[in-house]
Amino acid sequence: MLAAEASYSVSQSAGWFLENAWLIPILPAVAFALVIFFGKKLPMKGSELGVASMIGSLVLAVGAAYQWIQRVDDAAGHSGSSLMKAGGESTPFVGPVIREWTWWQSGGVEFGIGQHIDGLALTLLVVVAFISTLVQIYSLEYLRGDRRYTHFFAALTLFSAGMLSMVLAPNMVQLILGWEIMGLCSFMLIGHWWEDQANARAALKAFFTVRVGDVGLLVGTGVLFFSANAWTQQNLGVSGFNISGLSAWAMSGDASQSALTWGAVALFIACIGKSGQFPLHTWLPDAMAGPTPVSSLLHSSTMVVAGVFLVARVYPVFWEGMSIPDTNINFIALIGGITIVIAALLAFVQHDIKKVLAYSTVSQLGYMMLGLGAGAWLAAVFHIFTHAFFKACLFLAAGSVSHSGSHHSFDMKKDMGGLAKKMPITATTWIISTLALAGVFPLAGFFSKDEIIDNVGHNGYQAFMIVGLCGAFLTAAYMARATYLTFFGEARGSAAGEHHDEHATDHADDHDSNDAQGHDDHGHDAHGHDDHASHGPHESPKLITVPLLILASLALVAGFANATPFGSSWERFKKYVEPSPAFVAAESTMASGPGEAIRVVGWPTAAEGGEGEAKAGCSYESPAPGEVCYFPAVSHAKFKWSKGLLSLAIVAAGLVSSWLFSIQYYTRRNRRLVGLTERSRVLRGGYLFLWNKYYLDVLYEKYVVRAVAYPIARAANWFNQNVIDGVVNASGRISRRVAGWVYRNIDQRVVDGAVNTSGAAARGTGEALRPIQSGKVNQYGALLFAAAAIGALVLVIINT
Amino acid sequence: MEVLRDQNWLLTVGTFLPMVGVLVMLFIPKADEELHKLVALATAVATLGVGIYTLTQFDFDQAGTLQFFADTEWIKVISSNYTIGLDGMSLPLYILSMVVTVLVMIYSWDHIPSPGNPKAFLSLMLILQTGMAGTFIAQDLILFFVFFEVVLLPMYFMIGVWGGEQRQYASLKFFLYTMFGSALMLVAFIALFFKVRGALPEGVEASFSIPMLTEYGGLLGRSAQIWIFAGMFIGFAVKVPMFPFHTWLPDAHTQAPTQGSVILAAVLLKLGTYGFVRIAIPTLPEAAKEWAPWIGLLAVIGIIYGAFGCLAQTDMKRLIAFSSVAHMGFVMLGISTLTPMGFNAALFGMVAHGLITGMLFFVAGSVKERYHTLEISRLGGMLKQMPKLGWILGFSAMASLGLPGLAGFWGEFPAILAAYSPADGLPVETFRTYMIIAAIGTVFAAAYLLWLFQRTSFGEPKPEFSGDGHGDGHGDDDLHDVNTYEWIAWTPFLIAIVVFGVYPQLMFQIFDPAVEVALSAFGG
Amino acid sequence: MLTVQFLLLSAILFSIGVYGVLARKNAVMVLMSIELILNAVNLNLIAFAYRLQSIDGNTFALYVIAIAAAEVGVGLAMVLLIFRNRRSIALDELSEMKG
Repeated sequence: MLAAEASYSVSQSAGWFLENAWLIPILPAVAFALVIFFGKKLPMKGSELGVASMIGSLVLAVGAAYQWIQRVDDAAGHSGSSLMKAGGESTPFVGPVIREWTWWQSGGVEFGIGQHIDGLALTLLVVVAFISTLVQIYSLEYLRGDRRYTHFFAALTLFSAGMLSMVLAPNMVQLILGWEIMGLCSFMLIGHWWEDQANARAALKAFFTVRVGDVGLLVGTGVLFFSANAWTQQNLGVSGFNISGLSAWAMSGDASQSALTWGAVALFIACIGKSGQFPLHTWLPDAMAGPTPVSSLLHSSTMVVAGVFLVARVYPVFWEGMSIPDTNINFIALIGGITIVIAALLAFVQHDIKKVLAYSTVSQLGYMMLGLGAGAWLAAVFHIFTHAFFKACLFLAAGSVSHSGSHHSFDMKKDMGGLAKKMPITATTWIISTLALAGVFPLAGFFSKDEIIDNVGHNGYQAFMIVGLCGAFLTAAYMARATYLTFFGEARGSAAGEHHDEHATDHADDHDSNDAQGHDDHGHDAHGHDDHASHGPHESPKLITVPLLILASLALVAGFANATPFGSSWERFKKYVEPSPAFVAAESTMASGPGEAIRVVGWPTAAEGGEGEAKAGCSYESPAPGEVCYFPAVSHAKFKWSKGLLSLAIVAAGLVSSWLFSIQYYTRRNRRLVGLTERSRVLRGGYLFLWNKYYLDVLYEKYVVRAVAYPIARAANWFNQNVIDGVVNASGRISRRVAGWVYRNIDQRVVDGAVNTSGAAARGTGEALRPIQSGKVNQYGALLFAAAAIGALVLVIINT
Repeated sequence: MEVLRDQNWLLTVGTFLPMVGVLVMLFIPKADEELHKLVALATAVATLGVGIYTLTQFDFDQAGTLQFFADTEWIKVISSNYTIGLDGMSLPLYILSMVVTVLVMIYSWDHIPSPGNPKAFLSLMLILQTGMAGTFIAQDLILFFVFFEVVLLPMYFMIGVWGGEQRQYASLKFFLYTMFGSALMLVAFIALFFKVRGALPEGVEASFSIPMLTEYGGLLGRSAQIWIFAGMFIGFAVKVPMFPFHTWLPDAHTQAPTQGSVILAAVLLKLGTYGFVRIAIPTLPEAAKEWAPWIGLLAVIGIIYGAFGCLAQTDMKRLIAFSSVAHMGFVMLGISTLTPMGFNAALFGMVAHGLITGMLFFVAGSVKERYHTLEISRLGGMLKQMPKLGWILGFSAMASLGLPGLAGFWGEFPAILAAYSPADGLPVETFRTYMIIAAIGTVFAAAYLLWLFQRTSFGEPKPEFSGDGHGDGHGDDDLHDVNTYEWIAWTPFLIAIVVFGVYPQLMFQIFDPAVEVALSAFGG
Repeated sequence: MLTVQFLLLSAILFSIGVYGVLARKNAVMVLMSIELILNAVNLNLIAFAYRLQSIDGNTFALYVIAIAAAEVGVGLAMVLLIFRNRRSIALDELSEMKG
């Protein structure tokens, strides 16, 4: 072990799991290839390879996380003295574990591929591997007998590989690689049932919308690379793609403000597309055309989180580029705030349970973006962590309902209701996750969402704090409505055991087991299908409920990973995930290009000077020459129960009001029709009397919420569907029309016309000269000699 | 200039071996088709063998140096020599031309287009191979020009004899258009020779040698350079093809037989861009700087315009042809930045485009063979009828739109990046505008390729092809999935697209030193 | 000097040859006239070679003689084939090459 005083500690070993974390995405990538080529020949049609690779990744990720925790603990024991002076809040600097191999080169400079492992990367690695594993296990049952079972698992595995390789990317190019691979897989998975052109269109829309945002990613990467490259090469010996290099450059004070701003804006545009932020969120609800496990994976831990992750990954660029510490409004926070409200309002008017969840995801991503935009980095990352569990659980529960409860329908109003009794496990897990999402103490969402709201206010973004609180109210309300419609009240449609014929054709989720093009039917298929066709709603099999239970229990306890209300000893997330803003000597973290096989930065020395005041650390001062820092000193709000109780009250109000409203609105009509009042006149009278007080609220809600909020939501939906979507569609139509016009008139007429004209001219000349070709040899001879004679004459004249 | 002269017989053998095959085939009666196929394939494989041996003998540590260099008197009276050599810029293209020929031969085994006659068809292909390989090894302008023109004739006949409905028109257009460009190019070459001869220092002998001209080309005055560059520009730009010289391409591609389209896309288009990076820009640095913004402008117009062209097409093959205009736009944008990154991107883009678009044309050919139409609106549900062919189309489309992890990305992404920071002396703001336009072009690329894929492969098959027995004569027999010959011919393409996409360093490390040499006039 | 006489003779031969090419209808006669023209040129070449005391003209004349022999061979072969096909070698009846 090296002493803290040693100036170079590059040889420090970080432990096997940390040094070989690059294997985490390799496993599923290899599994993908195997499934594609050999999957159909395997006994479980390739799904076993997918699941096994995800379990392998999970083991590796957990091992790495464990070693990371040890490493941070070691660092705390080691440094103590010199590094703590960077400020009261500062944790000791723990360098990321970076390995890079040469991937490509240009102009003699080599660029790498490899791994960059730190707390943020590990958080995501563990979450992604974990959720992917559960989703794959769930899919074993959910897609049983699907005609493209093998393809599905291949794509799902590649999807995880893409996300994992993006998460541990040490440079922007690898990040783009993972980013785009996910785009491809989302295309394949959303369009999984491509026989229906609507699904194919949804897949295209998802890919295309995200691709529009990717323009920003390409441009932003370019801007940052060329602006930072000289500095990073000189000071750190890495290229301008390198993530720690970019971070250090952004914090160095030498960076050009305009480059930072343009780079940050461009990158954020990519995040808007990927993370479904306003106004590019329209693809997300359409993406529900894919199978439910896909939605679950897409919306909880991969794909849409990628945008948030990108902002969190190169946070210093955004921190400086958007001037996050110095303003009370900026681009990121604004977009995040708008998204929270817009999406939450939309969730009220959906009939499709998955669309409610989709808008909910959009809204929650808005929270994360708002948090990042307002300087609450840790809270936002923590919200990624907790949100992954309960959102995955919600989607899987919705899938479970459609699988076993509503005969493959997702329509809450038509085919659900009263399922709580029939599907107790699904209902329990759903309710736990709903409460977690709404932010009820002490479930996961409370700790993360409340912390975002709290810190947003603390950092001077008061207006956005109010937006966040409104969002919390709306979240609670729409989730209560969805819960009520699905699990309580009267059973309707399929949930009541009826079968609508149109379900067979209406819903993409239908498993067409008679399809001759599909795989050979295996025994389970026909049997399993009949099973739930003949009986009414029932609980799902274990392969579905076990993942649900695991996720729900995590939704219960995940919040305690960073439970700010219980004091700083509970803030483990802060300790292990948040990078240190300390100044360190540049040469002690100096990298040596990707040619070098391994580079593990140990405990670097603290830079001389930089005596600690309370507000010292990056972003408040610029590092001295020879020093760098990799992360801004973000401040943290101190938890106060008064604030916590306020937000809890808001959440409770949302839950209760929406719940009561739902009962009145959805079930009361039925009661009148069926005439339940006759059960007991006294009880009923008292009940109604009690309710009379509430009648004010209900009437209020009926006339305010229904007459104001619902129209607004509807208008937003209309705006969404017609204006924003309309613009997207219209621009597509217009560009096609322009393209057609350009092709017909300019290409075919002008450009090609010029070519053809020159051809015609040559032909005309030929036509004119044709009579000379008489075919008579004598005439040719005459011409020849005449020409020679004239030539000779001319020669004579010229020479004389 | 430093050169390596070891084993300098290799390139001559590799280039002219196909002609031996042609000679042998001359003496085999026309009716013996199997034997013709066998001889042609054996020749192509032997040529590739020589190519692979060349690859193993190539000194990768000195990829910037001309290797296997030979220099013999050829036409003394015009100071033209038989100068050949290979460096990192030409090696991948040289090998690519050989690989493509072999694979196309394999594909031809049971895909000789009507009106048959494998003897003529395969002989032409072998001659074509000599022309292509020769262009990439030539280090003498006249030699380059000769090979450049040798390529034209076989292609003309391939389109004109084995082509589609309008083959006469297309082949003539192709020939005349390219001839028009080469005429100006030749004038420019000659002018360059005489001008440089006038400016040479004492004791240096004038010749058409490219290394010599690269060394002394900078001595010319600016206006002379600009005019000479203009001539070369038109010659190469027609071949690339750049907007607005591209109109021969869709016709030629649409009418050419599948094999012709594949070779055209995979190798022939690269002759133009190769001309830029090998001849026009290194020999005339001043003019290159002057012209670069205009080249860049035409390149980005090509990117957007090609994409519009694609969106408007109703014919699958024509769409793929137009996509070449857009993709070569990225290549030219990379070249116009005059930076190592841009050049590397361009060279990578050439190889990647060759592989990917070649693959797309193969698929289009097989679709045509099965459905007897390429009308997009008539196709549909291909994934259902022929899942493998459908997925190969999807894969190629993804590669073509520049998905990272596949080869196309490494031509596109660094080219876009490079445009942010072009060489010293070029207008930075202009190029940054180009960068954004090119980045938007990638969105269009996604649009037209995926739209194509969605329309042809997703959904249910159209009733006329659903094969329920009483259609209009298209029995189920036609609609078979990928067959063995196709697999053999395609697999190397597919593997190469993935391998170069996952580990691009394989090619970048070959290009990069040579690119630095080529750009030495621009101060790195 | 004798040069002028040589040139005069050559000019006369040339003119006879040209007359033959233009006026005769018989293909064989036309071929023979072409021979006359070529020989006129040969005479010219040798005359100048003699006058300039250079070997070049002689070389060139030899070259022309060789080419002329080949030309006559090919020409007669064509005439023969035409005769076989059409039973006539009258040139004014041949106009298949009309454009």
